[in-house]
Amino acid sequence: MSTTSPLEKPAPVEKAGGAVATYLDQRLGSNKALGRNLGKVFPDHWSFMLGEIVLYSFIVILLTGVYLTLFFKPSMVEVVYDGSYVPLKGVMMSEAYASSLDISFDVRGGLLIRQMHHWAALIFVAAMVVHAFRVFFTGAYRKPRELNWILGVVLLTLALAAGFTGYSLPDDLLSGTGLQIIRGIIQAIPVVGTWLAFFIFGGEYPGTDIISRLYSAHILLVPGLILAIVTVHLMMVWVQKHTQYPGPGRTNTNVVGYPLMPVYMAKAGGFFFVVFGVIALISGLVTINPIWIFGPYTPDQVSAGTQPDWYIGWLDGALRLMPNWETVVAGYTISWNVLIPSVIIPGILFTLLALYPFIEAWVTGDKREHNLLERPRNAPVRTGIGVMAIVFYGILWIGGGNDIVAVAFDLSINSISWALRILLIVAPPIAFIITKRICLGLQRKDRDKLLHGYESGRVLRLPHGEFIEVHEPINVKEMAVITSKTDHAVLPAPQKTDTDGVRNPRYLVHSLRHRLSTFFYGDNVPKPSAAEIEHGQHHAAEQAAIEAPLHEYEDRDVIYNAHGGVLHHPGMPEINAEQIAEETRS
Amino acid sequence: MTVKFLAARRRNPAVAIALLLLALVVVGGAYSLASNAQPAVAAMGSQTQVEEGKKLYLEGCSSCHGLNAQGTKYGPTLIGVGAASVHFQVGTGRMPLAAPGAQAVAKPPAYNEDEVAKMAAYVATLAPGPAIPSAEQVDYADADVAKGGVLFRINCAQCHQAAGQGGALTQGKYAPSLMNATPTEIYEAMLTGPQNMPVFSDETLPVEEKKAIIAYVNELQQAPSPGGLSLGRLGPVVEGLFLWTAVFAALIAAAVWIGIKAR
Ligand code: HEC
Ligand code: HEC
Ligand code: HEM
Repeated sequence: MSTTSPLEKPAPVEKAGGAVATYLDQRLGSNKALGRNLGKVFPDHWSFMLGEIVLYSFIVILLTGVYLTLFFKPSMVEVVYDGSYVPLKGVMMSEAYASSLDISFDVRGGLLIRQMHHWAALIFVAAMVVHAFRVFFTGAYRKPRELNWILGVVLLTLALAAGFTGYSLPDDLLSGTGLQIIRGIIQAIPVVGTWLAFFIFGGEYPGTDIISRLYSAHILLVPGLILAIVTVHLMMVWVQKHTQYPGPGRTNTNVVGYPLMPVYMAKAGGFFFVVFGVIALISGLVTINPIWIFGPYTPDQVSAGTQPDWYIGWLDGALRLMPNWETVVAGYTISWNVLIPSVIIPGILFTLLALYPFIEAWVTGDKREHNLLERPRNAPVRTGIGVMAIVFYGILWIGGGNDIVAVAFDLSINSISWALRILLIVAPPIAFIITKRICLGLQRKDRDKLLHGYESGRVLRLPHGEFIEVHEPINVKEMAVITSKTDHAVLPAPQKTDTDGVRNPRYLVHSLRHRLSTFFYGDNVPKPSAAEIEHGQHHAAEQAAIEAPLHEYEDRDVIYNAHGGVLHHPGMPEINAEQIAEETRS
Repeated sequence: MTVKFLAARRRNPAVAIALLLLALVVVGGAYSLASNAQPAVAAMGSQTQVEEGKKLYLEGCSSCHGLNAQGTKYGPTLIGVGAASVHFQVGTGRMPLAAPGAQAVAKPPAYNEDEVAKMAAYVATLAPGPAIPSAEQVDYADADVAKGGVLFRINCAQCHQAAGQGGALTQGKYAPSLMNATPTEIYEAMLTGPQNMPVFSDETLPVEEKKAIIAYVNELQQAPSPGGLSLGRLGPVVEGLFLWTAVFAALIAAAVWIGIKAR
């Protein structure tokens, strides 16, 4: 804050931006706060852009959504269509569907905006899932960011709600069928189901209320909540500072990166336009949800190949794969065939997802703060769980499209369903085991690199005839990345009784934790000691030095190629040594 | 000849329509006559035609359908299936059956139009059955497309999918895509209900409604896709697939690019 006395010479004329800043600063004292915040450093990695894709697609959704609300009529009043799409002219339909057709065919730019809104919505959820996997696989959710993870799970749930309510609004045959399934799911909830369904739909299906109710949820409630929670989510990233990948000079207590202003701002701003551009391009070129083909919803019609958008697809798949179990209790039917796949399984999965950071911390006993990300290979069980989830999801999604798969690959839908049922149980554990093995293999490779340098792929024959593969020391960056690995101590096995012979009352819990933490980190390949690393790198450097000058001779006839490497003439080492000396001199 | 022709069209309700038809046949373009004359002739079946048809039948079909079309354990009886059924089954290449499977698959026809007409004429003599639709019956030029759309969604979409792209039925059976079906095939399919498809007789679905459906299927076949690439009109599963491949590749590539640029 500068204080200028009126007697002093007026300040030189400033540039417009500077003038604005000064104007604001004199009234708000904003320069100091801005200076502090604009200089804030952000680490840089492409995977940190995933959260931004989510944010930007959300902005596109908001902008296009506002345009759509100008023309959409959330009403189930029956009207006769009289728009310009001939194959539906004169057909009775709800006003909601008619106005969606108008947006598609009679509103300027309407179809493009509708498609942008829908593609952006698909990208929004997809990017969110990928972002969540980035956070998961790198362990970014560990202390102190567990709460932000929970906010993320809430956002994911809200995004599903936003997507589904939006998908249902046009009241076309596809979305109406989807709604009918949702109603069935609600009805399957024991005791309150039927009442709840009547309450939500305002009576029998489809009734006359549901579209306007979905509409207020879709344009007000859900986006409002998302906006509020995203704000908190981002503030928490701000306050807690972003995590970073291991690298030279990066520690658990610093942040290496670029200042917000100008570098990060420029990148983020530019990326917004890239995301916007990709969405606009796709929406201009590729149809999404051609509602005019599906026709208006009436309860007596259904189309083959009726599917929800991809993020609900797994629930549809679960519903399709579930065997047809029902039990009758005291005259009431409990529909396990609906309840298990669409209420119980998603309920359990989302709870586990939200609690995962706490479960892991409890299992591993790791209460440290983590600002440096963990490489997926260094937490094989976590990585395995993530891959297992992807496989599980993928199988359910294929299940949701089992009819499409059947036609596309000329298979029987019954055998697909059976194969998928078996795969759903067998494949995720197999994926887990394979992933864990790969991670441990990579850990071993890292250890070898530390102990012997990296394999250059060149074979060298030593003067006494021995063949060796040349190892070279690893570079600074790789060294920093590999040595970032923290050794996680496994929780010790508890004693049944302590030294005084007193029974340990929490023996069972402790031994469970011991076993789980052994499962989690017990197989990890230990990191070599600093001295071992030093020795290994030194050795590799020596080897590399012997071989290095050989390339100078590659076109001379005393050098022969053998076993994919260079063979060199006896008596070379001296010459080599000279070469090295010469090279270091120049 | 025209009188006999009209007499065969029992379903045509009014003479007015018959007269209209006459006018249509007379003034209707040479194009429609040339392209659709064959079935009309086949429906009538001259004596020589029937005999030649029987010969073709005995050579190609009797091994499964029996020497007198009475049926064997390899194939059902053809008595009473009508000329329309033969025309549809052989014309779309489903018959002669290539291999036993979940259902007879359409393939390039093994017989030419003339031979099909002869066999159809022969089978039609065995017992009364649906005749091959005339050019007038499948002329959808004046039909109400929107009404056809409604009828299509009520009667056909549950198997053939709303966009007519086809769909799976149980045990490896499927309703095929209608994107290449001709008006005559569509009419015959409705009339004869091949395999797992129900029969939509002229009582349940009058000629006018069949025409409307044909007009709508034609609309589905011809209409451009106003929203850009149609992705096969297979719905959200394919949209999701496109999203996770093409769209995501583009976004991640952009993210990586922006990530690299700063170095
Ligand atoms: C390899 C055995 C086989 C041969 C050869 C064969 N068919 Fe068939 N045909 C069948 C079977 C089996 C069906 C029943 C198909 C079904 O319902 O899935 C059938 C069904 C039909 C039908 C439909 C019957 C109905 O109820 O509508 C017609 C028409 C027909 N065949 C005509 C012919 C003609 C004409 C030929 C000779 C060009 C022929 N088939 C050759 C096995 C055969
Ligand atoms: C119960 C399911 C079902 C319904 C409803 C249904 N179809 Fe079909 N349709 C089928 C099956 C199965 C086949 C394949 C039969 C075969 O391969 O012989 C078929 C075949 C066809 C074909 C032949 C396509 C080709 O490959 O040449 C046409 C045309 C057709 N249907 C039109 C219709 C129309 C129009 C309607 C509505 C009036 C309709 N179908 C209703 C199941 C159905
Ligand atoms: C509306 C949805 C969301 C938006 C707009 C959003 C946005 C962001 C942004 C921009 C960042 C910083 C950049 C980055 O790390 O990618 C971030 C970080 C984070 N997000 Fe999200 N996110 C959303 C949903 C989620 C979900 C579904 C989860 C997990 C279930 C999640 C968990 C996290 C965590 C833990 C961080 C901190 C990561 C770190 O510091 O390394 N977020 N989010």
